[in-house]
Amino acid sequence: MEQKTGEKIKLQTKNMNLYYGNFHALKDVSIDIVQNKVTAFIGPSGCGKSSFLKSINRMNDLVDIARIEGTIFYDGIDVYKAYDVTELRKRIGMVFQKPNPFQMSVYDNIAYGPRVHGIKRKNALNEIVEKSLKAAALWEEVNDRLHESALGLSGGQQQRLCIARVLAVEPDVILMDEPTSALDPISTAKIEDLIYELKLEYTIVIVTHNMQQAGRISDTTAFFLLGEIIEVDATDKLFLNPKDKRTEDYITGRFG
Amino acid sequence: MAARQHYGEKMNYLERTLMKMGTLVVQELEKSIEALKNQDVDLSQKIIDSDINVNEIETDINEQCLTLIAEEQPVARDLRVILNALKVSHGLERIGDNAVHIAKSTIKLSQEKYIKPLIDIPRMAEIAIGMLNDSLDALVNLDAEKAVEISKRDQLVDEIYSQVFRELITYMHEDPSKISQSMTFLFICRRLERVADQSTHICEGVVFVAKGESSELNP
Repeated sequence: MEQKTGEKIKLQTKNMNLYYGNFHALKDVSIDIVQNKVTAFIGPSGCGKSSFLKSINRMNDLVDIARIEGTIFYDGIDVYKAYDVTELRKRIGMVFQKPNPFQMSVYDNIAYGPRVHGIKRKNALNEIVEKSLKAAALWEEVNDRLHESALGLSGGQQQRLCIARVLAVEPDVILMDEPTSALDPISTAKIEDLIYELKLEYTIVIVTHNMQQAGRISDTTAFFLLGEIIEVDATDKLFLNPKDKRTEDYITGRFG
Repeated sequence: MAARQHYGEKMNYLERTLMKMGTLVVQELEKSIEALKNQDVDLSQKIIDSDINVNEIETDINEQCLTLIAEEQPVARDLRVILNALKVSHGLERIGDNAVHIAKSTIKLSQEKYIKPLIDIPRMAEIAIGMLNDSLDALVNLDAEKAVEISKRDQLVDEIYSQVFRELITYMHEDPSKISQSMTFLFICRRLERVADQSTHICEGVVFVAKGESSELNP
């Protein structure tokens, strides 16, 4: 699946609708998400950003009343028809708003995923742990306490640990749902720098309430409102000259 | 109540300050031509003395813009308004300098009889000041179409400038004793031609703020 510019489309939704019971949460969402780019979703609370994210790796399967219409393609394949959910979530990892390390050591947090996927050899696991922690810019800070509890790390370190945990299963896409909203500015800057590095190898989709963050780190920004995508454009264009009045009102903070 | 009301108020205050500066500069320019026509030394001196007010407003606008950027992280049209306010205030300050230059020329020529009645210079001034005035109006109303129209008048100012230029060269050729005064008039014309150019820059700013597009209206 190639765009005219030669950019590869990693994820694509076509007329996707999501319902929670009678509530129509996402309305005819069609968007292309380009490989090795950072795509940011912005919009007020409850507009469907996180629901959209969770639909991509089928986390909404866990919600009984959720029902999806339309299609979501990952590398051109319909994720709801042709994918095993475990395999899909290995390929499309997710980082949440609050750091959620498991109650185990730093090492075991990272090794958990690879072990589930059948890697048992100590050397192989050591290698994965080191590589993942380095990629998440955490290795220098924790390599002397790999076997201590992950809960002893700071909030910013825990969040980078969660990113390392995602990287350990060698995903292709990383979904991030407000990954820095619980972090201080320095930890936030570290995660943002990390995202900048990670996009060389991964495709990143991030939900953020921090408009400046979307401006700083994303290549493309999509503005959601009441379950619809109002506008999607190159980030610099969307922040300097949005086409839709509602986008302008939202990003300038004059909404409401 | 609209969200971020204080932010909106600060943006409005910036625009009002810019318009205050524009009005002041237009007045100084009009007075400078009036003084030139009437060889009015007192009025010219007042123009020179009051230039500091224009400079102070420019500093005020710079500070307002810096504060807005630092504290409010403006985006979209707000950001364009602020970037444009920095450029326009700088342009207005230069236009104010032109009024001062004309006033100084008037003082310099105050003891001389003009070599010819002033016809083309006031005409040129009227068009240039009209452009300035209208471009500021277009900026208030964010009227990009009007801005494009206004900028076309620059052509006419350029034509009068060339014509006066040729005329004054002829005077100088014919009578070297007229060189000094002719050169002074020539510099005044050059200043007025610049006012028209600066007004065109303001028009380009109107298009930028209104549409988010950079344009070259005076290629």
